[in-house]
Amino acid sequence: MKAHLLILPALLMASPAFAADTSPAELLARYSAEAGTAADPARGRELFLANHSGGKPETPSCTTCHTDDPRAAGKARTGKAIDPLAPSANPERLTDSAKVEKWLGRNCDSVLGRACTPGEKADIVAWLSSL
Amino acid sequence: MNRSAFTFATLLALGVTAIGAALAPALAPALADGRRGEGHRVAPVTHQATQEECGVCHMAYPAGFLPQASWKAVMGDLENHFGENAALDEAVRADIEAYLLANAADAGGWRPRALRGVNMANPPLRISELPWFKREHDREISPRALEKAGSIANCAACHRGAERGYFEED
Ligand code: HEC
Ligand code: HEC
Ligand code: HEC
Repeated sequence: MKAHLLILPALLMASPAFAADTSPAELLARYSAEAGTAADPARGRELFLANHSGGKPETPSCTTCHTDDPRAAGKARTGKAIDPLAPSANPERLTDSAKVEKWLGRNCDSVLGRACTPGEKADIVAWLSSL
Repeated sequence: MNRSAFTFATLLALGVTAIGAALAPALAPALADGRRGEGHRVAPVTHQATQEECGVCHMAYPAGFLPQASWKAVMGDLENHFGENAALDEAVRADIEAYLLANAADAGGWRPRALRGVNMANPPLRISELPWFKREHDREISPRALEKAGSIANCAACHRGAERGYFEED
């Protein structure tokens, strides 16, 4: 156990793309505070699983790339694998605020044709971290 | 090898090189196309930001596969990137664009044939639409192989050495 505790930080530091500066709980608190309402995981689930029509025709849903089970691996439209989104399956998720902002910015625009509101972000984070 | 043999071999090599150089203009494309080994490799992306930002949804495509005009067009509209939003912060975008332009096909990034037959006034955005690419792939790939790869843009599914710049004999 001791050895693992030493090795883990070393591995995390070796990966330049992974700059942990937050946690799912902290993101949830921040987005909820911005929204001024409590997050609702059921609403996050609904948004994630639904087919939308406002965005790009190639990407009608979050499930286009992440499948309907965020604990499983997804697939980019090129066929390249995407690691699971749920923090329970992939502890790196929702721990880097710039990364989360970048991808929600892109993906909400691709799927919805607009930015997600802080309330929607809080709902999504709440659902993903409840899985 | 003794000294005089070495000198003779050197002279011979120089002579062959000189003849080669004289013929080079005519032969260069053919030699370049037929070459095997190290010269066959395309330089993989070594720029960290490009590797990280352009290597998530597909492999980070080698800069030498596309001319500068194609990279400019790709990097100029990341909000509408082949049906997706792939936007970046301006500083990161500019940094990546500079790397891609400096290593593009017409900056010496790959073999001369990379640009053969390309309409440089309106170059394709896709590597997979370049004339050499179509010649290499159109007849060689079965529908099943393509379906398994997911897309022709998923180079690494068929070319296991793609990330290291090797695309031949897979
Ligand atoms: C076109 C494909 C695609 C679609 C559609 C898509 N995503 Fe993603 N998403 C990705 C990729 C690729 C990543 C980056 C994965 C990686 O870094 O391993 C990502 C990353 C994320 C992340 C960042 C997670 C982290 O902390 O690393 C979140 C959150 C996310 N997506 C949520 C969504 C939501 C919500 C939707 C629907 C509004 C959605 N995605 C739609 C492809 C997509
Ligand atoms: C959000 C996901 C995503 C990101 C990030 C991304 N791309 Fe793409 N890219 C795609 C998709 C989807 C395609 C179309 C694939 C297909 O047709 O199967 C594509 C295709 C391409 C192609 C054409 C491939 C071909 O068919 O020859 C090029 C070139 C390209 N991307 C360059 C880039 C560069 C440069 C970057 C980094 C600035 C980048 N991409 C980042 C999703 C992405
Ligand atoms: C469905 C499988 C498949 C996909 C996807 C694919 N290729 Fe190929 N590629 C082949 C086959 C088969 C050949 C011809 C046999 C050979 O020379 O390897 C080939 C040949 C090539 C060659 C010529 C190799 C040589 O002889 O020097 C290059 C370069 C190349 N591919 C690059 C790419 C790039 C770049 C991509 C992605 C944009 C790509 N390929 C996607 C299957 C594929």
